[in-house]
Amino acid sequence: MIDYTVGEDIVDRAAPDGPIEARWDTRRFTAKLVNPSNRRKHRIIVVGTGLAGGSAGATLAEQGYQVVQFCFQDSPRRAHSVAAQGGINAAKDYRNDGDSIHRLFYDTVKGGDFRSRESNVYRLAQVSVEIIDQCVAQGVPFAREYGGLLDNRSFGGVQVSRTFYARGQTGQQLLIGAYQALSRQIAAGNIEMHPRTEMLDLIVIDGRARGIVARDLITGEVRTYLADAVVLATGGYGNIFYLSTNAKGSNATAIWRAHRRGAYLANPCYTQIHPTCIPRSGEHQSKLTLMSESLRNDGRIWVPKRKGDTRAPNEIPEDERDYYLERIYPSFGNLVPRDIASRAAKNQCDEGRGVGPGGLGVYLDFADAIARLGRDAVEARYGNLFDMYQRITGENPYEVPMRIYPAIHYAMGGLWVDYDLQSNLAGLFVIGEANFSDHGANRLGASALMQGLADGYFVLPATINDYLARGGLDPVGPEDPAVRQVQSEALDRLQRLLSVRGERTVDSFHRELGALLWDKCGMARSDESLRDALERIPKLREQFWQSVTVPGTGAELNQELEKANRVADFLEFAELLALDALVRTESCGGHFRVESQTPDGEARRDDENFSHVAAWEFGGDGRGPVLHKEPLQFDYVHPTQRSYA
Amino acid sequence: MNLTLRIWRQPGPDAGGSMVTYQVSDVSPDMSFLEVLDVLNERLIRAGEQPVAFDHDCREGICGSCAMVINGRPHGPEQTTTTCQLHLRSFRDGDVIDVEPWRARPFPVIKDLVVDRSAFDRIISSGGYITSPTGSAPEAHSILVPKPVADLAFENATCIGCGACVAACPNGSAMLFTAAKVAHLNSLPQGQPERESRVLSMVATMDAEGFGGCTNTGECAAACPKGIPLSSIANLNREYLHALRAGRA
Amino acid sequence: MAVRALWDSTIGKKTVMAVTGLMMVAFLFLHMLGNLKIFFGATDFNAYAAWLRTIGEPFLHFTWYLWIQRVVLAVALVLHIVSAWQLSRRDRRARPVKYAHGLRPQASFATHTMRWGGVIIAVFLIWHLLDLTVGAVNPNFVPGKPYQAVVADFQVWWINIVYIIGVVMVGLHINHGFWSAAQTLGVNRPVRDVAIRATGTTVALLITLGFLTVPIGVMTGLVH
Repeated sequence: MIDYTVGEDIVDRAAPDGPIEARWDTRRFTAKLVNPSNRRKHRIIVVGTGLAGGSAGATLAEQGYQVVQFCFQDSPRRAHSVAAQGGINAAKDYRNDGDSIHRLFYDTVKGGDFRSRESNVYRLAQVSVEIIDQCVAQGVPFAREYGGLLDNRSFGGVQVSRTFYARGQTGQQLLIGAYQALSRQIAAGNIEMHPRTEMLDLIVIDGRARGIVARDLITGEVRTYLADAVVLATGGYGNIFYLSTNAKGSNATAIWRAHRRGAYLANPCYTQIHPTCIPRSGEHQSKLTLMSESLRNDGRIWVPKRKGDTRAPNEIPEDERDYYLERIYPSFGNLVPRDIASRAAKNQCDEGRGVGPGGLGVYLDFADAIARLGRDAVEARYGNLFDMYQRITGENPYEVPMRIYPAIHYAMGGLWVDYDLQSNLAGLFVIGEANFSDHGANRLGASALMQGLADGYFVLPATINDYLARGGLDPVGPEDPAVRQVQSEALDRLQRLLSVRGERTVDSFHRELGALLWDKCGMARSDESLRDALERIPKLREQFWQSVTVPGTGAELNQELEKANRVADFLEFAELLALDALVRTESCGGHFRVESQTPDGEARRDDENFSHVAAWEFGGDGRGPVLHKEPLQFDYVHPTQRSYA
Repeated sequence: MNLTLRIWRQPGPDAGGSMVTYQVSDVSPDMSFLEVLDVLNERLIRAGEQPVAFDHDCREGICGSCAMVINGRPHGPEQTTTTCQLHLRSFRDGDVIDVEPWRARPFPVIKDLVVDRSAFDRIISSGGYITSPTGSAPEAHSILVPKPVADLAFENATCIGCGACVAACPNGSAMLFTAAKVAHLNSLPQGQPERESRVLSMVATMDAEGFGGCTNTGECAAACPKGIPLSSIANLNREYLHALRAGRA
Repeated sequence: MAVRALWDSTIGKKTVMAVTGLMMVAFLFLHMLGNLKIFFGATDFNAYAAWLRTIGEPFLHFTWYLWIQRVVLAVALVLHIVSAWQLSRRDRRARPVKYAHGLRPQASFATHTMRWGGVIIAVFLIWHLLDLTVGAVNPNFVPGKPYQAVVADFQVWWINIVYIIGVVMVGLHINHGFWSAAQTLGVNRPVRDVAIRATGTTVALLITLGFLTVPIGVMTGLVH
């Protein structure tokens, strides 16, 4: 169903003018402040406890605000930021290798395929420096050199070493740092923490976000929580594809419900696919596991030259192997960016040269590296990844080449926010992966952690003051009819899910939706495939509401009910994702339209028609959404066509 | 493969529970243990029965959500492997597998295999942090940390807070969990100012939550999916006695 | 303040157990060495026993040293047992519902016999004191003539069995207890772990074998 209207263009009014280096200073100076003794009188709701939410909650509480925070996991320490492996970028230039704030800014804008805002990205690069200081002070055990200084490595194909890391567990270490800061504030009574509590809806009164409806996942109680501002730090929507590297519980309910209440959703078609994931082993597969892309530094990617070759990899002679990345991209070889490596793997598999179950995999071979460096050196670099691979596949990568396949990994799109990280709904702030702001159409490696912490520790705490200081908030009580209304809508919806009592499980719908999206709106998207998806998604949604079955009641721990509620939202979100992909007829970053490619098969941007953010406004059930464009302006980095051949 | 699962079923925190037997047939050795529970649950749901409730999230061994005792061992038979990364190839066709929740008074069962581990959060809240409000940090390179110290801190910081140590300990002790955090923070230069108060209040909270004491059986370290060593407990004892001598009690 | 905190915390009580345990190990080692004098005959052995009563003279009065030592050991023993008893109760409360499958222990036999092994040792100790200190259950107890009492003991088969079981339990207890004490006192470190375990096992073996030579000596007729 292709039905949308184009509304007025929008602009980011919060971003100051002037030289880009001074904009963040300017904004901090022009922002109004809240007197320290008055901060106690303001309640702020923070949903999510990952890097963005955890750091924001801790910082706002330190400043003296009353924070009410939520996570659906049993502890704030389990948010999925914990799973990030590679590292975190910062423009410290500790290596004296020519790095600078400006270079990190430039790399991020270019890596995002010129679809992000210059002001936001520049600020991100500026703040990156402070993040490392903050994390070290908290005791995050970054890798060190023998002299006691911090170690750096290069990551994601950039030419400088600016990535700080803690073995393959950087996300975990940074998250625990934020969690500990959060814990200190919880013990001090500055944060009212609600674990195992999931946001179901946003309460908007007079155009301002004033609270949320949330369900206690243990007792099933659905309650309203009111505040002066609401911060969403609920992560990305990659799980819409069912198979992704996201955690099983990661979901889009918070941002989708906010969207339905009026918040614009920007660039939902920008989804990132990571090339080095462990392929699925069969129908039962419940999630995919990513392996750090550092593996591509020493591993060589190949497929058999002959289609349908079923010989064991070690029996295929050298001259019958196709090292296709090295062949197609001789200068970058196996180190081409994520989107290119992913698409190339898909092309090989589509042509029937894939390996492993279902022919959905390519080899990542370390035989040469082991011969060149010795097994010990390879083990020292990648030992933990090899162990993980062996644990999951039962194959020994020292002896048999690894099999890899691309998987959905990150969502660049998200709720639209201005320079202050405030959405078009006053009082609704969105931080981390949940917003759309900094990565454009493609995120560089080791930049997600940077953005989450920049938003939470430094940006939001400086900008939210301005909103609160301007006041004008009328008191709202739990008995307010507008509040009651949202609560009863949330309860009704749960009741509807419970009362269908059909014959299909929630997971079966989620799997079907995921397969459909992966097929029609995954690594390669065409007008035809997207139209097909838009035809089928509403039908699947209709089926869901007719034949899903959710056992049990709402007044208990009911994991099927939780899932059903999330999948119901995915079924709505998917349609907007496909629509955005259809409307954006160019290829850029993670969004590849087969109609828009260069003669040698590379993505071709269309700056004339698509150098804008697509911010979608909810049009109401049964009515198409409204597209608002935010034109992008490039004064410091001039868009060029990427080339890696 | 065909398996017989005997799973602890308990409808709620105050209800009684029992082991219930289920047959699972035609499962693949490449499936993870949680995927077997997924298959079982889909079948139960279609049959109109209540699915087995269990905690899980990342399914890649790092979030610490999954928590089940499999045949008397937390996270099952494989060393340094969480339940979510345990695959059926570690079992044999026809095996009978007992699946139970963590058992400890401070970890009450909420439903089936889901337990309440918030006691761990309270231990961290009581001192498992370094006080450094945002914005107050000195330049990162002004603090030098010798590599061996950084490595020791990291080794202990890898704890995922799953609770396998408590589940494995014959005394239901949380010493390894507490020890890992104390070793992480007390070994670093940044952690020195709060060194004594941290260990004293964390141990006091650990005791107040009702965990048992340590009898140095080493079951915790053997069960730890992240390989936190038993030497961390010796370090915790050392730090605690040092703090008492320093008169910060 | 610190003492109170020590006694109230689990780590503190374990520290009390470690210190008192090591005191008792030191005593047992000396006790074992003294016992070996039995192989030099009745005169030597009885003279050694008599000398024990004169330690510290003339500063201390006759038998005062022995009584001081007895009191110190008795206090240590009581603290050790009370701590163990309180900690065990706490440990049991910490797991109100047992595993249906039962835990699969990874640790050694010595480690898992600390608790009921300790109880057996306590019972053995009472019998041992009644036997060779008070003499109430000894077949041939004459004050001042311990050699004769020992020889009389080990000519009874079941006394040999009781004694051997008691001593072996003590050895197992020390084997884990010595290392455990090092762990509890925070003395253990990864680089010392092997050495401390080896020392504990050596001490346990020496004490066990040293004590066992006496009944073996009597049974084989070496001591008569």
